Amino acid sequence: MDLKTTTYLVVGATFALYLLIAVRSRARTTGEFYVAGGGVHPIANGMATAADWMSAASFLSMAGLIAFMGYGGSVYLMGWTGGYVLLACFLAPYLRKYGKFTVPEFIGDRYYCKTARLVAVVCLIVASVTYVIGQMKGVGVAFSRFLEVPYEVGLGIGMVIVFVYAVLGGMKGITHTQIAQYCVLIFAYTVPAVFISLQLTGSPIPQLGLGMPIQGETLTVLEKLDQVLQDLGFDRYTTQTRLSQWNMAVFTFSLMIGTAGLPHVIMRFFTVPKVRDARSSAGWALLFIAILYTTAPAVAAMARLNFTRTLQAGPVGSAEGNLVYAERPTWFKNWEATGLLAFEDKNGDGRVQHYGDKSQAFAPRAEAFGWKGDEMTTLDRDIMVLANPEIAGLPNWVIALVAAGGLAAALSTAAGLLLAISSAISHDVVKGVFRPDISEKGELRASRLAMAGAILVAGLLGLRPPGFAAGTVALAFGLAASSIFPVLVMGIFSKRINRTGAIAGMLSGLIVTLLYVFQHKGVLFIPGTSFLGSMPENWFLGLEPNAFGAVGAAVNFLVAGVVSHLGPPPPAEVQEMVEALRIPRGAGQAAEH
Amino acid sequence: MSAKTDAYWRANLRLLAAVTAVWFAVSFLCGIVLVEPLNRFHIWGYPLGFWFAQQGSIYTFVVLIFFYSWRMARLDRKFGVEE
Repeated sequence: MDLKTTTYLVVGATFALYLLIAVRSRARTTGEFYVAGGGVHPIANGMATAADWMSAASFLSMAGLIAFMGYGGSVYLMGWTGGYVLLACFLAPYLRKYGKFTVPEFIGDRYYCKTARLVAVVCLIVASVTYVIGQMKGVGVAFSRFLEVPYEVGLGIGMVIVFVYAVLGGMKGITHTQIAQYCVLIFAYTVPAVFISLQLTGSPIPQLGLGMPIQGETLTVLEKLDQVLQDLGFDRYTTQTRLSQWNMAVFTFSLMIGTAGLPHVIMRFFTVPKVRDARSSAGWALLFIAILYTTAPAVAAMARLNFTRTLQAGPVGSAEGNLVYAERPTWFKNWEATGLLAFEDKNGDGRVQHYGDKSQAFAPRAEAFGWKGDEMTTLDRDIMVLANPEIAGLPNWVIALVAAGGLAAALSTAAGLLLAISSAISHDVVKGVFRPDISEKGELRASRLAMAGAILVAGLLGLRPPGFAAGTVALAFGLAASSIFPVLVMGIFSKRINRTGAIAGMLSGLIVTLLYVFQHKGVLFIPGTSFLGSMPENWFLGLEPNAFGAVGAAVNFLVAGVVSHLGPPPPAEVQEMVEALRIPRGAGQAAEH
Repeated sequence: MSAKTDAYWRANLRLLAAVTAVWFAVSFLCGIVLVEPLNRFHIWGYPLGFWFAQQGSIYTFVVLIFFYSWRMARLDRKFGVEE
């Protein structure tokens, strides 16, 4: 069977499964729509959270980023997992005890103020919409590469699938499909990794294979990779730092608190029956995530090694050492067709030279070899995971599986984000502000309408991704880190923070982060409007804009603390609410509101 | 807040301090600040600092959450605030 037919079969089977689940889990009440009736088992919720959290970025992009960033890529590995410790210890159990439907609702109640609730809604919508655009793009790309349908058609199919199960089933339908999607994506991620690890080292466990000697050689995969890259003038893989250790630490911290503050992840913990379950469910979620996140470094290093050795098969500098362009493998041609890979024969020898042409130390050697610069003029990092099975020469069904896995990752995250957006609109804006007397049935209808609207907007934005789409995921984390995370933690751990303090804190954290990102990357990411330029010399304390969420969060904590202490403490009933949050007993009743 | 719930909350904060300290040590200390000296040692074929940054910190995080969850369930019962 050829690759295209296999891919159609595998992807079609997974989509049929999602639709079947959707039809069987229709939501009948707002409780089912927003929190799946609050009866999801902690292990099931952990699995759904893992799929909810692991997006197209985790599945497709992360290993590619690490492959080229080496040790510097650790910021993503630690940042995107360490946040779960904060979530499990500082947020999830207390917000589960609170026992209502949305994150802005908690902020509105704790800070006894509709303005605070609306500020939270705005932060949530901006963070979630920017995030969902990336998922929609991922769906379109996966379709156009593997099923050879136009990008727009692929996007449309993705929208229809999400529409069916998210609008019908709400959180209930999303939870059940996310569990299936987790199984698909983790299988799709680990199977090629196991194959490649077996090929290279003979070990079926990629996490161990990375430290083991390559078959028939004495050096381990990591040592070999360090050597191969250094020989070609690239940075050493295991010691390549991202800007500075200080920048790496702050970047990691920003990703951690951003992860803990993302509303679509937090709201998954509203669905478990008990406070105790919220704690353990975060552990299960991270365990399921860790399976992918500890495999990714192995995929990254092995892919980089295979890729580099395909282009530089023989000794560096020997006439026969480099790949002859006319004899390039099929995957090379396939990816050239997508424009994500491009070659230019700079020295006209008909062979591919891929080396670190930025390295001063290597320049004299390159000149002696007659090399005129890195001939891989375009090398998109995102293709690493997708091309990996092809580079390693794995069977067609494995390649088809990777396409299905990428789609599962993008669809599951998109659904979670869309639910966060639509519940903020129907529950926090429509019911919370404009129509407090709306009936249960009316609210359910409003939430379905909001969901349909959100899918449409996300699809349109995905169809014509604004120029700033690439920079926006960093913005989503920056916003969650600087506005949502601090105000939630303070709301639980301090009884003294009052409404003025919280609003001032949220706004100042938000503004500081936005200004820093915009002044270096352009206002709304429009090129040419960055008034300080993206120059490292102008970076505050040497921090890159993506790492700035932590500074925004610090400003938020500081401003909220100072402003609150200048004003009166919160009313007695709010202080009592905080005391009740801290004790698990009574969570059952709280849900029956 | 009654004396009992007050004591429960203080016990929770002590546990949180311990969990946060380990969380900080495996990621920021072993994975970033001390990565160079640690890389002189090896574990399962990885340089040790690099292993903490790309493997060890993640395993520790998983264990930490289950540990916290288990200890809190015990505290809930000890202070009689369980569900």
